[in-house]
Amino acid sequence: MDLGPYLLLATLEGAVMASVLALTAVGLSLVFGVMRVVNIAHGEFFMLGAVLAWYITQVIGGPPGLGFVAALVAAPLIVGTIAVAADIAILRRLDYDPERTIVATIGLLYIIQQLTLMGYGPEARPVGPPFNARLALPWVQIKDGAFALYWPWGLGTTSYKLAVIGAGAIVLLGVWAMMARTRVGLVMRAVQADRDMALAFGIPVERVYAMVFGIGAALAALAGVLVVPISQAHYLMGADPLLLAFTVVIIGGLGSLPGTVVAAILIGLSDGMISVFFSPTLAKILATLLVALVLVFRPQGLFGSRAG
Amino acid sequence: MSDRARVMALHGGVLLALLAAHFVLPAYHHGNMARIMVLASYAMGYNIVFGYTGLLSLGHALLFAAGMYGMGLAVQHPGIGAGGALVIGTFAGGALAAALGLLALRTTGVAFMIVTLMFAQAGYLSVLYFADWTRGDEGFVIAHASRILWGIDLSDAGYRYLAAWVLFALVLGACLWLVRAPVGRSLIAIRENEPRLAMLGYNTFRLKLMAMTVSGIIAGASGAAYAVLFGYAGASFAGVEYSILPLLWVLLGGAGTALGPLIGTFFMFYLIDLSSGVTTAYMLIAGAALVLLTLFAPQGMMGELRRRIWRWLP
Repeated sequence: MDLGPYLLLATLEGAVMASVLALTAVGLSLVFGVMRVVNIAHGEFFMLGAVLAWYITQVIGGPPGLGFVAALVAAPLIVGTIAVAADIAILRRLDYDPERTIVATIGLLYIIQQLTLMGYGPEARPVGPPFNARLALPWVQIKDGAFALYWPWGLGTTSYKLAVIGAGAIVLLGVWAMMARTRVGLVMRAVQADRDMALAFGIPVERVYAMVFGIGAALAALAGVLVVPISQAHYLMGADPLLLAFTVVIIGGLGSLPGTVVAAILIGLSDGMISVFFSPTLAKILATLLVALVLVFRPQGLFGSRAG
Repeated sequence: MSDRARVMALHGGVLLALLAAHFVLPAYHHGNMARIMVLASYAMGYNIVFGYTGLLSLGHALLFAAGMYGMGLAVQHPGIGAGGALVIGTFAGGALAAALGLLALRTTGVAFMIVTLMFAQAGYLSVLYFADWTRGDEGFVIAHASRILWGIDLSDAGYRYLAAWVLFALVLGACLWLVRAPVGRSLIAIRENEPRLAMLGYNTFRLKLMAMTVSGIIAGASGAAYAVLFGYAGASFAGVEYSILPLLWVLLGGAGTALGPLIGTFFMFYLIDLSSGVTTAYMLIAGAALVLLTLFAPQGMMGELRRRIWRWLP
């Protein structure tokens, strides 16, 4: 392949990645923004979404579409419920102290991960996509002085991957609409802006916290369900999305939703590109160093303003 | 008895008991105790930063691995002897800690935790990336010839135990001295109220940097000792698990107590050892312990003892 088609392919793969990443990172960012809690167990909610998708499609059976749609609805609900329970049982008792909650969510990470290992086992298991038509993509070429279309070998995508990109965009719009246009979103923003004042105005802050933690986890689980037909469900699959989501949230500015989405697209796309030119490990080293240095020298994120 | 005499009696007694255990323990537990003493030394290094200075680092595996690989690579590639390699490993831990501190200490709280986590992750990935030298995940075995220090064969179980004991005693002594010296007192003051200390004219950044460096030297020495005593250096020791474990040991034993790291390492080591016989998911124990400790006993075992009985415990 020439460089052009290659880059188009990398962009498409990057867009799928960006979509999944944006969902995961927005959940993390929401939890940090409203609750000031750094949830290290966030990647495990992503993994639980994928593993539950496998279970649900196994239980329901039938055509692949049916089980998958059920998983798309049920897995985020189940994971959200687990997260709410964890919030009530653990985080609330710690009074949302930032440092102690980090230690507790590290513990939660191991508990979820190891219980999954005990119940689900160490195998990676696939889930069939509901639809998966291969789409070959054309590329332009100058032939005899005129533009001509041709179909390079290997340049293509699947309808499922395009659907993931679309689904990610729709859910993100939904989250934005919820935060900006609904009463629930208003309450959340009020708690984010000033917890004590919100409490004084009679907002049930603890219930808002539990709900935010649940929604954040459900978004990660949704990303997990969406990704499982592309990569398989495995009990250790939460580690990479966690690191990437952190990268995104920090580069986009801690707690800023628009910044998070922009950073997710940037990192999802550039991850594909960088992997074309460097080894994936080197790309990860550069990304983690970049995140650390951004936090040291520009803690408000690359896009955030100092006041924000 | 004065506080000083009590402290000497308690800690000296523990050291004597560990030395006596060398002669009575059965082989399996004898080997475990040697490992626990090396890991407890690492935890004591961590305790200086976390327990006494109040900085929650999630990246100490970087410093432990710096010691381990500093030692291992020095004997493997240029072929330096065990003594020189131990010094190189210790120095690598301290130098890396100082560099990490210069950057990470510009941040506080949650950002400090994430920055240390990220640098340690970059270190772990670097170990994998430079697989030509480090052999990546697989790691490498340190040749028997490189494990002989001043004619003493450290791969022999008896000498290994004694060497681990010497390391543990040196680190415990250094920690006891540090936390009772004025400079250690000012570290504790940083933990309790940093703005007040800064207002009194102390350079808190320099103090924290010193705490990081001392902690890195101890972590590096423990990593180097681990490599020479157990003859292996592998990428898993650079992974995030080895940053979390010292936090767990220190929390369990009691943050900010000199003996806490030993107690915590001892109990957690045997808890994981016993449970790994039952299930492969032995890290479940570590996770549950972390959650329960933060919920119900944030002071740990020695911390509770200090609160209730021994108020003079350093």
